[in-house]
Amino acid sequence: MLLNYSQPLEVTNLTSWLDSALRSGLSEFWVLLIEFVIVGALLLAAYAVIALILIYAERKITAFFQARYGPNRVGKWGLLQSVADMIKILLKEIVKINRSDRFLFFAAPFFMIVASMLTFGAIPFGKALHAIDFNIGVLYVTAVSSLGIIGVLLAGWSSNNKYSMIGAMRSGAQFVSYELSAGFALMTIVVLAGTMQFSEMIEGQRYCWNIFNGHISSIVAFVIYLISGHAETNRGPFDLPEAESELTAGYHTEYSGLQFGFFYLAEYLNMFIIASIATTVFLGGYMPIQVHGWESFNGIMDFIPSYIWFFGKTAVLIFLSLWVRWSFPRLRIDQLLNLEWKYLLPINLVNIVVMVILVLTGLTLTDLLPGLF
Amino acid sequence: MKSIAKYFSGLFTGIKSLIFGMSVTWKELWTKKVTQQYPENRDTLVISDRFRCELVMPHDNNNEHACTACGICQMNCPNGTISVTSQMIESEDGKKKKVLDTYQWDLGMCTFCNLCVITCPSNAIKFENTFENAVFTRSKLVQKLNHEGSKLREKKKEQPLTPKGE
Repeated sequence: MLLNYSQPLEVTNLTSWLDSALRSGLSEFWVLLIEFVIVGALLLAAYAVIALILIYAERKITAFFQARYGPNRVGKWGLLQSVADMIKILLKEIVKINRSDRFLFFAAPFFMIVASMLTFGAIPFGKALHAIDFNIGVLYVTAVSSLGIIGVLLAGWSSNNKYSMIGAMRSGAQFVSYELSAGFALMTIVVLAGTMQFSEMIEGQRYCWNIFNGHISSIVAFVIYLISGHAETNRGPFDLPEAESELTAGYHTEYSGLQFGFFYLAEYLNMFIIASIATTVFLGGYMPIQVHGWESFNGIMDFIPSYIWFFGKTAVLIFLSLWVRWSFPRLRIDQLLNLEWKYLLPINLVNIVVMVILVLTGLTLTDLLPGLF
Repeated sequence: MKSIAKYFSGLFTGIKSLIFGMSVTWKELWTKKVTQQYPENRDTLVISDRFRCELVMPHDNNNEHACTACGICQMNCPNGTISVTSQMIESEDGKKKKVLDTYQWDLGMCTFCNLCVITCPSNAIKFENTFENAVFTRSKLVQKLNHEGSKLREKKKEQPLTPKGE
């Protein structure tokens, strides 16, 4: 009961009220069916809305990095620009390419979108805003998000275009390499947290985020995860699958209209997914900042709803990724693979051993300073 | 051993240079925006004096210009943009004299190379920075630069008003 008063803006009350209202009149089967449909619809809506917001935010921040204003004509401060772009892309013709593999050509965008959509279900957006809480959440997310590469490879192969093919092959090499680093970085934190379940992981970070808890080792893992996650999204200095000066647009050269829109959407959503997993695993997810003993401070922080904390932390990481994107020049393919196989992977392997030693010998911050963290 | 030291020094100098690069872009994020909000800021817009948009022939208060109708600008123009037509008149002391009739300049063909202004021996023409040159028909691009009823400025005046060139 105390929880309800101290956190009035949470959606926990709403969801539990909805559940009990449905259960009072319907059988178990119908309750579950209705709830599944509602959750699915909400996730799809969130997917589209987050993509629109991200596209707008990226164009604005990009402009500020280049001393421009960015979109500022459609609506106040250009707020309706991405909505207008979406309507335009929906109205465009879907071009059928001669001598392309028609079935795979049309299937490829769905692989992209389904991969990021599946990940969406496992992300904890806030208290009670977590569609499915696997006990192997980290593993599930890593597995499912790597399905997207199938879409990229299919798109490149079925387009019957050498630029698309080269782009897709580069993307494949890049993705396979960096997925390794991202997985190891997450494993480092799994060692620290002792669980793969996102909700338990977040609960364990109530007073000390994982990035501080494992100090050196955690920070190294965090940086490596950000780099490799950034590389997986094919953006920033790692955008050589679609290097427009060499490959026109890479694997989605031949796509138009809504199908291109799917690739475009998936790219932005992958950026969001990487940032939100990093938030959940390293930065305490939807947990507000809490300090041992400061009860009034904790109360104020608790008053801010958990989804605001989650989206705030994610926004910081997305800003970081845009900052990186507009700072560094594009890597060559050999430099890209050098970075992964000669630097990130060995560092990662050492790092995971260091983390195991830290945890076993009790050198994490929660073990060293139990009263403070 | 040397290669190991090289590996680590390369790693750390790389990290250092990446952080330096990010600090540069961070500063750039807060710089003033350079975009001109053109139709709204027409009154405060600053265009460089050297920007070449429109060829003009300066006339003074007495409606007099400095063009002697020599035709050097017409000869130097690479695109045939300028056509100078002159006429012979007889002055009161019986001398025959060539005066400017019409000085025609076609904006649509001009590449703004400035050769006409450079070669003009009497500094009669110059480029101005009035850049709003759009018109609805192509014929409006052909302009007559000398004003109606203007004449050549006399050289023997007490105060030779040669306009300063660029």
